[in-house]
Amino acid sequence: MSDENDVILDDLSDEDLVDQMKDDLYDGMAAEVREGTQILLRRGWEAGDILSQALVEGMRIVGIDFRDGTLFVPEVLQCAGAMKSGMELLRPILASTGSRASLGKFVIGTVKGDIHDIGKNLVGMMLEGAGFEVIDLGINNPVDNYLAAIDQHQPAVLGMSALLTTTMPYMGVVIEELDKRGILKSLPVMVGGAPLNQEFADAIGATKYGRDAAVSAELARALVGQNH
Amino acid sequence: MTRTVISSASKEVVIGFDQPFVMIGERINPTGRKLLAAEMKEGNYERVIADALAQVAAGAQMLDINAGIPLADEPAILAEVIRLVQSITDVPLAIDSSMVAGLEAGLAVYQGRALVNSTTGEDEVLERVLPLVKKYDAAVVAISNDDSGISENPDDRFEIAKKIVQRAADHGIKACDVIVDPLVMPIGAINSAGRDVFYLLRRLREELKVNTTCGASNISFGLPNRHGINNAFLPMVAAAGMTSAIVNPLHEGLVASIKAADVLNGVDPSCMAWIRANRDPNAEPSGEGRGGRRGGRRRG
Repeated sequence: MSDENDVILDDLSDEDLVDQMKDDLYDGMAAEVREGTQILLRRGWEAGDILSQALVEGMRIVGIDFRDGTLFVPEVLQCAGAMKSGMELLRPILASTGSRASLGKFVIGTVKGDIHDIGKNLVGMMLEGAGFEVIDLGINNPVDNYLAAIDQHQPAVLGMSALLTTTMPYMGVVIEELDKRGILKSLPVMVGGAPLNQEFADAIGATKYGRDAAVSAELARALVGQNH
Repeated sequence: MTRTVISSASKEVVIGFDQPFVMIGERINPTGRKLLAAEMKEGNYERVIADALAQVAAGAQMLDINAGIPLADEPAILAEVIRLVQSITDVPLAIDSSMVAGLEAGLAVYQGRALVNSTTGEDEVLERVLPLVKKYDAAVVAISNDDSGISENPDDRFEIAKKIVQRAADHGIKACDVIVDPLVMPIGAINSAGRDVFYLLRRLREELKVNTTCGASNISFGLPNRHGINNAFLPMVAAAGMTSAIVNPLHEGLVASIKAADVLNGVDPSCMAWIRANRDPNAEPSGEGRGGRRGGRRRG
């Protein structure tokens, strides 16, 4: 399967390799991204640098084109798969060195009474791509689930999702409870879902309203001081 | 032969295996329509009226009415919009709310036999929605998910649909008044989403013998040229046994693709609806013929 256009990753300089990895990630080429990650590790790169300069940066470009309508959901899913293939190599190293290469944890879940999760999963994926460690609580979460996850994971951001007009007020219930316990002062809360709007997010006291998956990732990065 | 009869004060629509596919217009729904949401909240219904008339003119046999606006009195707005839409058009309506209070407010003002949209298979929802359906002698859309969420396995969804039909029977609601929504997932995220629905539709039709409906455009979520996917999907689900769908009849090519599916599925007798809609209006008669059918004469 070799032709004249074939790129031998190992022959590239570090800089060219990182660029190639971003291109490969954009094209959803999981095996190539994984190989590039291995090569950089072999050349002595820090896992955190590979993550931020190749993988997260690659996903940032993907996010922009997704937001602008140049890339579509199935493509973004492939990009996320490619990122994951590199991430699998980096995660154990990051964990063992205790390096805080991730932007922190992002706890996300669909609220009580609501079982819709396609949008939430898409947001979770973009957040992972943006460099967060995503803790996904799944669907139908009562306030206790959020509280327990916050206690256990000490996230940098909490995200809630709802698809129904009947379930979205529950986000306000959770925020109120966080406020009562004094957690809200130090924990930004993002909300999203098809029936929501900025006005609703403001009314329930959410920190940010994530209109779509790409925007949510950008907002979350901004919340932890990673503005591009 | 399963037939679900929905009506307004003066018009009846039959959803059934031997009937043309019923298009339920989706436009009167503020979800994702900022301007419409803001206007409805202020009691400005000009756009609602325009959307209702345009969808009926485009061929919608029914209209779905949803008033799910954040921080608004959804039941009151829903009731008002139903009253208004019924005053300007005679097509039957689907009363669409995830709030039981919204459904009840809509049913209370509705003239005719409504379609309640919807119940899920969640026990708590069933026990609140089904008594209302019975009380107002309505039909109901049954979404095939339950407390455990939306299963990706179509056989699980079949079992939930079956449970809802049984529970409806316990409340004195006939199976022909339960229209199952098999749940259409985005094909861009789940590659088997199309095949799963076709398979489930065949089971629902052959084993459970129920009518079916869906929010069709969900299939193309996240893809470019969504109309292209939707307009191919609808005839495919119709062929697999679906008898109605919640759609935007104003989307280019959608009505034609559904009407063509009616012809091909043999529910447009002698293709007459198709011919009526597609006869070349500029065809020049040669003068030797009669210049077309007049119709209207009845044999005495």
